[in-house]
Amino acid sequence: MSNAMEKPVESAMREIQIRDALQEAMTEEMLRDERVFLVGEEVGGYNGAYKCSKGMLDQFGPKRVIDAPIAENGFAAIGIGAAMAGLRPIVEFMTFNFSLCAIDQIINTAAKSRLMSAGQISCPIVFRGAGGAAFQLGAQHANSFEHFYAYTPGLIVVAPATPYDMKGLLKSSIRDDNPVVFFESELTYGKRGPVPEGEYIVPIGKADIKREGSDVTLITWSKNVFLTLDVAEALAQEGISAEVVDLRTLRPLDREAVLTSVAKTHRCVIVQEQHEVASYGSWLSHMIGTEIFDELDAPIKVVSTLEAPMPYSKALEVVLLPSKERIMQSVREVCA
Amino acid sequence: MDQELLTDLYRKMLRIRRFEEEAARLYTEKKIGGFLHLYIGQEAVAVGALSVLQDNDYVMTAYRCHGHYLARGGNSRAGMAELLGKETGCAKGRGGSMHFYDIPRRFMGGWGIIGAQIPVAAGLAFAEKYMGSDGIAICLLGDGAINIGAFHEGLALAALWKIPVVYVIENNQFAMGTPLEKTATTDDLSIRALGYPMARETVDGHDVFAVRSVIHAAAKRAREQQLPTLIEAKTYRYRGHSMADPAKYRTAQDVEAWKARDPIKVLGEKMETLGMKSLRDQIDQEVEDEIQDAVRFAEESPFPAPETALDYTYV
Repeated sequence: MSNAMEKPVESAMREIQIRDALQEAMTEEMLRDERVFLVGEEVGGYNGAYKCSKGMLDQFGPKRVIDAPIAENGFAAIGIGAAMAGLRPIVEFMTFNFSLCAIDQIINTAAKSRLMSAGQISCPIVFRGAGGAAFQLGAQHANSFEHFYAYTPGLIVVAPATPYDMKGLLKSSIRDDNPVVFFESELTYGKRGPVPEGEYIVPIGKADIKREGSDVTLITWSKNVFLTLDVAEALAQEGISAEVVDLRTLRPLDREAVLTSVAKTHRCVIVQEQHEVASYGSWLSHMIGTEIFDELDAPIKVVSTLEAPMPYSKALEVVLLPSKERIMQSVREVCA
Repeated sequence: MDQELLTDLYRKMLRIRRFEEEAARLYTEKKIGGFLHLYIGQEAVAVGALSVLQDNDYVMTAYRCHGHYLARGGNSRAGMAELLGKETGCAKGRGGSMHFYDIPRRFMGGWGIIGAQIPVAAGLAFAEKYMGSDGIAICLLGDGAINIGAFHEGLALAALWKIPVVYVIENNQFAMGTPLEKTATTDDLSIRALGYPMARETVDGHDVFAVRSVIHAAAKRAREQQLPTLIEAKTYRYRGHSMADPAKYRTAQDVEAWKARDPIKVLGEKMETLGMKSLRDQIDQEVEDEIQDAVRFAEESPFPAPETALDYTYV
């Protein structure tokens, strides 16, 4: 881990799953601040659809861990209203696919209330849940919507990968006075990684170099950090030294970290689980190309999900999603 | 008849009427941009409903919001300046006609997406209950909002979670240009409360005392039992949906029939009957002076500085 500055030096490390890192973050923040509560489908009695709120109903009771009926617009908006009135809600979407039922409230109410009231209203709320494809969930349950939210001024968008970053960034998100959209992944809730015993946070808006390298910069976020680290390892076998930049926060983007890395390696491949047209990665490519065109030794490549709704069959799903082979090929092309 | 109350309600309604008549004039002079949805004709609903609230109660409404802002005690100078997009406006020119705010008075806007404020207002009331306060929320909406999903989700959750919120449908008979009979199967709109269920009431929205009475009962139910209520107030807007609407979908006779029982006219006549004519004339003059002062203030106020265009996006 490269973010040693953020960690208390003396804390003992443990290996825990991402779902437990998230549970710890929410539990610690609820103990710290009585205004924090959790609402969503299955968060209480069922302990969370992905067990991210295990034990929390027993610990905090139904006043602060609230099982909601299936009414995303309704319970997201109640969270928003409660935030305007001084509480600090965590709204769980079982997956971000269902956040579309609430997107009007997130974009038109949560993100804009501060501007429209000239700063008189703030909306300290976290919308969190799983985003992106998992194994064969079909077209309606495999959406990656980071760019919908990252497009919207007034929102903060966080998409971490590791258990350490998940916990530290969720704690920062809960403490932040702006509305935060926090992306997790169904595929990685069981992923283990080192997390210290003690209190720590990871600041919003700071990218992290997950692997240092000198030949090419690979930029990614969320669960594709793991895929990209595998790629970097394989590239090392071919004699290519890849640096992996984990954005962790999409809005506000850590421009300095991105530009510094690309200016060092002079080559860049962006890996995203997004359709490329009008996506986050295509804007990122534009931004880098505009800011440091003279530093680039090759055109930036963006490895994206192909342009079709996600088919069910595993034989087709792998074709659409960014793969190790497609990333490797793109890297070889920019390094040629 | 409580003469002090009568005087107060008359003044509050007249203040809204005159504010909006001046706003209409400024709109035709192109000093106000965008949409201008006038509340003229519906004043008894806002004034009656908000006159029975406590200071710690929240108020939230839709885009036709000037009347509720003023009825809650909002400053007419800041309101008029907001319409003109000035830095001295109640949202420093960032909100506009549809997004008035007066946060110290817990007037929380002013929302432009039909029905979206319904569950948000439940959230305000949820927070009051969560914190153990006796504050409630009152949420006003138009008859055009009763078919959108947010209406049903908001009411379902308010009933399920026992949220102390009072919903008032201001049925002015038209969703923009579409008459109610094309959008609802019955003209009894509070009947929709039965499915959640929650208490319901129908009231003559032109009768400011009747409005006070039903809101008082609903507010008490919310405050003491944490139970929501759905109220339909039957009312009418005399002007079009917005300044852009000549309202050709209804007859002059329809409008005149409602104007005949205009709540401001009715109260003004009552004051005369009770021998309060000189007091009424004095109020008329005071309101006129206040509104002319507001217009002057708004016109003389500065626009926001260009370098502040991105302010208030993040904390």
